[in-house]
Amino acid sequence: MPKITYREAVRRAMIEEMERDPNVFLMGEEVGHYQGAYKCSQGMLEKFGEMRVVDTPISEQGFAGVGIGAAMLGLRPIIEFMTWNFSLVAFDQIYNNAAKILYMSGGQIPIPIVFRGPGGAGGMLAAQHSQSLEALYVHCPGLKVVAPATAYDAYGLLKSSIRDNNPVIFIEGEVLYNTSWEVPDEEFLIPIGKADVKREGKDFTIITWNRGFWFTMEALDRILKEGYDPLILDLRSLRPMDEQAIIEATLKTGRVLIIEEGWPRASVGSYVSDFIQRNCFYDLHAPILRVSQEDVPMPYARNLERLSLPNPDKIMQAVKTLMSF
Amino acid sequence: MYRDMLLIRRFEEAAARLYAQGKFGGFCHLYIGQEAVGTGVIYALQEKDYIISTYRDHGHALVRGLDPRALMAELLGKRTGIVKGKGGSMHFFDVHKNFLGGHGIVGGHVALASGVGWAIKYKKLDAVVVAFFGEGAANIGAFHEGLNLAALWKLPVVFVCENNHYSMGTPIYRALSVPDVSIRAVAYNMERDKFDGDDVLYVYKRILPYIEKARRGEGPSLIEISTYRFRGHSMSDPAKYRTPEEVETWKRRDPISRAQKMLEYNGVDEKEFARIEAEVRNIVEDAIRFSEESPEPAPYELYTDVYVE
Repeated sequence: MPKITYREAVRRAMIEEMERDPNVFLMGEEVGHYQGAYKCSQGMLEKFGEMRVVDTPISEQGFAGVGIGAAMLGLRPIIEFMTWNFSLVAFDQIYNNAAKILYMSGGQIPIPIVFRGPGGAGGMLAAQHSQSLEALYVHCPGLKVVAPATAYDAYGLLKSSIRDNNPVIFIEGEVLYNTSWEVPDEEFLIPIGKADVKREGKDFTIITWNRGFWFTMEALDRILKEGYDPLILDLRSLRPMDEQAIIEATLKTGRVLIIEEGWPRASVGSYVSDFIQRNCFYDLHAPILRVSQEDVPMPYARNLERLSLPNPDKIMQAVKTLMSF
Repeated sequence: MYRDMLLIRRFEEAAARLYAQGKFGGFCHLYIGQEAVGTGVIYALQEKDYIISTYRDHGHALVRGLDPRALMAELLGKRTGIVKGKGGSMHFFDVHKNFLGGHGIVGGHVALASGVGWAIKYKKLDAVVVAFFGEGAANIGAFHEGLNLAALWKLPVVFVCENNHYSMGTPIYRALSVPDVSIRAVAYNMERDKFDGDDVLYVYKRILPYIEKARRGEGPSLIEISTYRFRGHSMSDPAKYRTPEEVETWKRRDPISRAQKMLEYNGVDEKEFARIEAEVRNIVEDAIRFSEESPEPAPYELYTDVYVE
């Protein structure tokens, strides 16, 4: 099977969906003439023209609102945030409008929109440009949240997200765009809400998503060298979440380690942990452990950034603790 | 027009009574005093056009022809409400009437209006969208971003500022560095206008060219219409920040009395006014009866409409 990059997977999914459905268009900062700040939309302006690949000024609240308003009339916008950090100035539009118009209108007006862009920490981008904000969006009913780790998942899930009739928060990994994965040439979809067992194993379960999967891969050699056999469950979708897969993976091993790029408090990992203890209490052999970003804004210095994020040392320490029970 | 303004007035007087009796709760922002604005503007629209409104949406909804029974039932939180009891006073929606909602965050919906305009242009529809908002919204980011994008892309939007001189309890002079809202259009290279909103025919005539201009694809306008709410900001507001003299001055410009005088001058007789009054009262009483007899939403509705399939 051919390998393509995460970036190519995102672009291919958008192009195919725009070719399939004339109601789909892409809007955001630098998506057109500049060819995309992260080059996800390279070549798309030329292919689809200025009504379908739309450059906006720097006004996230404005163009997020425009996307939602357009979706109210049945269009299917893909709104690109140059990074998810900038989505915070559009938060009211996403939370109060995209997520709630269906409910407030008594089911009359669906909002079929995808908000997408890179999230997570970049290389030395410091506090305002290195954040994993998925927990904010998972918190809000009415939104779906997808955070794929591989090119394969990004392609199949983005296509499903564009076809979904609900607002979807699609969080790409800023440092994942150049990572490659096998993706078949023929079209396929991955349903939102289905997790993926990336590695079968019997000693303990690692639950993760997006860049957390790559942190896990960084540590995997050391884990195997220590003689452990981990099951790696990639959630892929964070809302809805594959509860069945979480339960099955937990029951298989009885031990769970959650690895996430975001902050630890009131996080997606803390919800997963709560879910597991409510549903699998008597099958757990050890407390559920979590490795996350430290509870601080992201520092600039390279060594501090590395200390702040999950890394193989922290993961190994957690694994040893988990297996000591 | 006169009948519709009177319907708004009687509907809201009834709503205020029911609210005071504890028949419903939440925020209830009355439109009383501002009837000529919504009525004049909406009469200038066609059925295919779109409207997006604020939390003070009763008047706009009634003029647009949303079913008074369903609106009253919505206020009372009933299953038969216009949005099944899920929105209440601030969130009337009727997709069949292209009424895209009352919205509760001041100014947030101004950006949505530009999006509706975008969709009209994208789909090449022969339509325009009118966005109503108060002068308080002119200070929020979504207003400026929405106007800039609409002007940049020449979207068919008419932004209608209903300037009722108070953002909740804060008068204009304490809130707007430039008290003239319409002048902000200059910053966005947008057509602007500003006029009084107590004469419904005058509102209709002044707004029409801007709607037609938008329809021709010649871009958006920002129109500021001066008006006044006779009541407080919401039912929980006794409006003590205004002097009785000020309120009386404005009440002398009551748009309904004004329309009545004009109709009298044109030969409409007392019998006709009585007939309209009776018709309107019947509609309102029927809506109240219907609402009170309607069931509450079924418990399972708590979890419906969060997502669509």
